[in-house]
Amino acid sequence: MEVVRLRVNGDERVCGVPAHYTLLETLRYGLGLTGSKQGCDKGDCGACTVIVDGRAILSCITPVWEAEGREVRTVEGLANGTETHPVQDEFDLNGAAQCGFCTPGILCSSVALLDRNPSPTREEIRTALAGNLCRCTGYEKIYDAVEAAAARLDP
Amino acid sequence: MTSRNGPRASQDGLSTIGRPMRKVDGLAKATGRARYTDDIRLPGMLHGKILRSPHPHARIVSIDTSRAEALEGVHAVVTGRDMPTSYGIIPWTPDEYPLCVEKVRYIGDGVAAVAAVDEDTAIAALDLIDVTYEELPAYLDPHEAIAAEAGPYIHEPRKPGWNGNVTKVVKLAFGDVDAGLEEADVVVESDYFFEGTTHTPIEPHCAIGLAEGNGKLTVWSATQVPHYLHRELARVLDVDPAKVRVIQPPVGGAFGGKSEPFDLEFCVAKLSMTTGRPVKILYTREEVFYAHRGRHPFHMKYRTGATREGMLTSVDAEIVLDGGAYASFGLVTTYYSGQLLTAPYQMPAYRFHSTRAYTNKPACGPKRGHGSVQPRFAIEVQLDRIAERLDIDPIELRRRNFIGANTRTVNDLRVTSNGFLECLEEVERASDWKRKHRRLPYGRGVGVAGSTYITGTNYPIYPNEMPQSGVQLQVDRSGRVAVFSGASEIGQGVDSMVAYVVAEELGVPLEHIRVLAGDTDFTPVDLGAYSSRVTFMLGNACIEASRKLKAKVRDAVAEAWEAKPREVLLAGGLAVRAGDTGTSMPLREAFNLAEAKFGTLGATGSYNTPKDVHGSYRGATIGASPAYSFTAHVAEVEVDPETGFVTVEKIWIAHDCGRALNPVLVAGQMEGSAYMGFAEALMEEQIFKSADQGREGLHNAPSLLDYRIPTSLDTPALESLIVESIDPEGPYGAKEAGEGPLHPSIPAIANAIYDAVGVRMDALPFSPPRVWRALQAAERGRGAPGAAKPTREAAHAR
Repeated sequence: MEVVRLRVNGDERVCGVPAHYTLLETLRYGLGLTGSKQGCDKGDCGACTVIVDGRAILSCITPVWEAEGREVRTVEGLANGTETHPVQDEFDLNGAAQCGFCTPGILCSSVALLDRNPSPTREEIRTALAGNLCRCTGYEKIYDAVEAAAARLDP
Repeated sequence: MTSRNGPRASQDGLSTIGRPMRKVDGLAKATGRARYTDDIRLPGMLHGKILRSPHPHARIVSIDTSRAEALEGVHAVVTGRDMPTSYGIIPWTPDEYPLCVEKVRYIGDGVAAVAAVDEDTAIAALDLIDVTYEELPAYLDPHEAIAAEAGPYIHEPRKPGWNGNVTKVVKLAFGDVDAGLEEADVVVESDYFFEGTTHTPIEPHCAIGLAEGNGKLTVWSATQVPHYLHRELARVLDVDPAKVRVIQPPVGGAFGGKSEPFDLEFCVAKLSMTTGRPVKILYTREEVFYAHRGRHPFHMKYRTGATREGMLTSVDAEIVLDGGAYASFGLVTTYYSGQLLTAPYQMPAYRFHSTRAYTNKPACGPKRGHGSVQPRFAIEVQLDRIAERLDIDPIELRRRNFIGANTRTVNDLRVTSNGFLECLEEVERASDWKRKHRRLPYGRGVGVAGSTYITGTNYPIYPNEMPQSGVQLQVDRSGRVAVFSGASEIGQGVDSMVAYVVAEELGVPLEHIRVLAGDTDFTPVDLGAYSSRVTFMLGNACIEASRKLKAKVRDAVAEAWEAKPREVLLAGGLAVRAGDTGTSMPLREAFNLAEAKFGTLGATGSYNTPKDVHGSYRGATIGASPAYSFTAHVAEVEVDPETGFVTVEKIWIAHDCGRALNPVLVAGQMEGSAYMGFAEALMEEQIFKSADQGREGLHNAPSLLDYRIPTSLDTPALESLIVESIDPEGPYGAKEAGEGPLHPSIPAIANAIYDAVGVRMDALPFSPPRVWRALQAAERGRGAPGAAKPTREAAHAR
């Protein structure tokens, strides 16, 4: 066991983990933040996507040590207190989450996109989500949701 | 809802049904709060792992687990001998064991399972289990397996004299097929190959077992059939079924891939019964590929006859299904390969002969559009060939052969509502078909295809007279209505559908409804999320339960108002007196009056299927459904003739779902289905290495990188066009939407490739090498003296 210090969703967290743990394993098994999902464990599916220092990264292939001293944001940290992020609300309104398993990762990719590009084109949304596999929706409803959220964030 | 979801039926005074409402679990899924099976951790929980066979076919000579058991941190090791009862989702073909007992039948077959303090220790323990195998010859090709009539067999024959490499043979004929071919003006004969594909839900299978000292056994599992799992756990582990509880947390995608019991569910239960501690097993992604139960590879031969007016006279099919190592749903698949083809077109004569072979590969089973996606590909390309031969527009050809509504198919299936003509009209209009077909420049083309699919099956998997679906309502004094539903939410939105129906019937606001589902301890039985049965069956059960409850409420309120019960309306959160809107009370008060009058308020509802709506021949019940959905697609493609690379630009999807209970969710099912069909058409291949590739029977690409599924950049634009035929028996007229719209994607793309570059793609997937080779062959054919030019080539000389 090694002690790791992380800043997650605004909280300073200290946690003991095996040395080989990834950021995803630390979040899920060390800190109980199970919102980020494991779909493949080798960086293929994007279900584990979280935001580190403003960039969407694959937490299942990120050694936890690489996240030390950096700002980690997961699906649990997207809402502002009791107010959901507009992307979260629009996912609900647009039926963008069917089984919901890829959703936390796609939300993180979407928020990272909107934070750097508040009014993306549909093509830019497609490109930003290219690392997140969704098996349910055919992606259309996801684009609708991100577009609607962008319109709310940057009217 | 957006206008792109097409013309819609009138709302008929409905307030919730037909509108784009939020999902009951939408917020939980958008905030990461939904707890899937692997998100659950129980105190003292152990982690399990399964040792898998490295051989495609071998006898197990011995298993020595002593070294693994001695490893620090290992709590238990179990093998097949600990669970020696066979099972199978189809009661007549119980040909598998939780862990292999005498033989392994594919690379990945489970042999032993370990429970340890953590995953690392469990993995280390697997290396310490010593298994001695005696290797046997393996069959990878279904034709070779069938030809080996004298053995060696993958399974012992179920009856003496049978071929142990054959799961099922179905031969059915309706009408005079040979005469129909004889009198046809044109007969088209072609071979087709549909490559196997797998579901790849993003959530890997996961299960947790908890055996308590009092004999109670609880299993949490990412399953789409909690009821069947309940039955099989009790039977195989010899536990009193009344002491077994199956909990189905939210499931992260299934598509048919979680619709029967799997080794991990038995293993977590047995390991917990052995250790007294909760045990979890989470499949690796590689194990999900081994678990499979996906689309069967089909080798198909079709002969199709038509008159010069384009009217079908006869269809003759011969099919070999590559089933993999176990029967799974294969008995049904073998029937479905033929039975589900007889609409939306009138077939005066039809014959099919289907044989399902065992092979030493992971077992095939039901994937979205079970058993009928493959023959649909073949027949819709056949129709395109006939249309071309006769110089008839392919949409017009399909129109002429339309079977109609309220009719019987040639194999005696009862068809009620049928919106297929509207589907054709919608895709023809939206795609601008008439200006595109045979008119686009070389390299670009459009193709059309149609299809039908069942809305549930009239007969359950195990014979019984009980309802297929049930629901229970319970009302408290705050005005909240709890719905106990046995159905399985797998992302398709069934929990939301339940809430919409109850809200509509009782006039309760959606936020006052709680749907409690997926727990066999407190919900009525529903048979599971398969065969597109849930909306139709559970929706009707919800209507029945709600109306029983409503009758009590109206009765009690009428008494208070000194009115007649029929004068009491429940809507908008109120009880209102008809014709006197000044007289009303909140529903909460109305519920309280009813509780005072009748005692604790609740109601049950159930649905059972019609049993008299099929023929009397053997097998006639398989394919019989209370209603059928209909679909048409147009696909537009761009083909690069230099590389063979196909880009699907757009798919227009028109689907007759009866009535869209929530058009957003219906469109989501249509788009997700069309996407999955597109993926099979162009990208997906569940294939295995041959002996000369080094490891016979090894999965070629068991990862989400190498088994290619479409990213956002690969997926075409998808436009949903909802058609509503208002089925007479569906809830508010609804039929299925989750599987039908997959079917036409594949043949529509094949036909579009032909329109673009003049080559017929008769084998899946339409990958660049295959398309390029087909183009090269056409080129060579053109160069040969006397060779006929492909029609498309003639029209669009390069």
